[in-house]
Amino acid sequence: MLTYNQMVVDKKPIREDERATDLLFGALADPIRRDILRRAHEGRLSVSALAREHPISVTAMQKHVAVLERAELVSKHRVGRESIVHTEADALLRARAALDRLEADWRGRIERMDQILETDKGDN
Amino acid sequence: MPVTDVEKDLDALTLTITAEFGADAERLWELWADPRQLERWWGPPSHPSTFVEHELTAGARTTYFMTGPDGEKHHGRWRIEEVDPPHRLHMTDDELDDQGKPADGGATGMTVTIAEADGTATMSIQTHFADRESMEQTIETGFEQGMTEMLNKLDPLLGAARA
Repeated sequence: MLTYNQMVVDKKPIREDERATDLLFGALADPIRRDILRRAHEGRLSVSALAREHPISVTAMQKHVAVLERAELVSKHRVGRESIVHTEADALLRARAALDRLEADWRGRIERMDQILETDKGDN
Repeated sequence: MPVTDVEKDLDALTLTITAEFGADAERLWELWADPRQLERWWGPPSHPSTFVEHELTAGARTTYFMTGPDGEKHHGRWRIEEVDPPHRLHMTDDELDDQGKPADGGATGMTVTIAEADGTATMSIQTHFADRESMEQTIETGFEQGMTEMLNKLDPLLGAARA
């Protein structure tokens, strides 16, 4: 949650930022829409294919996708007659995800270093 | 937790993590210099590491691999660039593919600095991605995992808020 929030904060002027945050939380506050984000990662599913995964109509799915689009969480592009949905992984968000992952790796390593130092002290 | 500071620069694509330890600089340096000690902390418990070649001399190459839970091996290689014991170490970390050949664009640089005062040693590790491409490689799995984990955590939270 923090990641998305900060992404928006970094990108927008303050006023717009609040509106973007509202849109974001509104968009995330629905289990079907969260499921769309999970499924649309690879950008291969159409709106109608997504609709088949849930007991809802294509029109209802279009509305869900539109909410996610307004929050800039997904983008849509046309392939033939199909509308393909893709979860947006904006550059900043991806950079943050990469650095977050590195941080987690290093926190683990530092903790292990500390344990080694403590263990070796005990041995002496 | 010994970690005292974490800095992320999203433009320069660097992470700097600083930690304090109740040991002297020489002792911290050993954690890097001795391959048997390095093996005890480099890989996570799920992926223990084995250092095949390792010597902290400028120009030397370190080769290592990590063994995953299913026995799969992830190979890595460092190019040691600068060595000033026990205070400074700079190297580049090359990701290798399954055949042990360097993978395209997977390099990250690592700079370790160690300072000591009053029986406390401070170690700072700066890691940087060489470019966007190598960053993208690191997050191929990490990003998807992180995103899925975040969404999974949101499910019960938001579900409870609506109930």
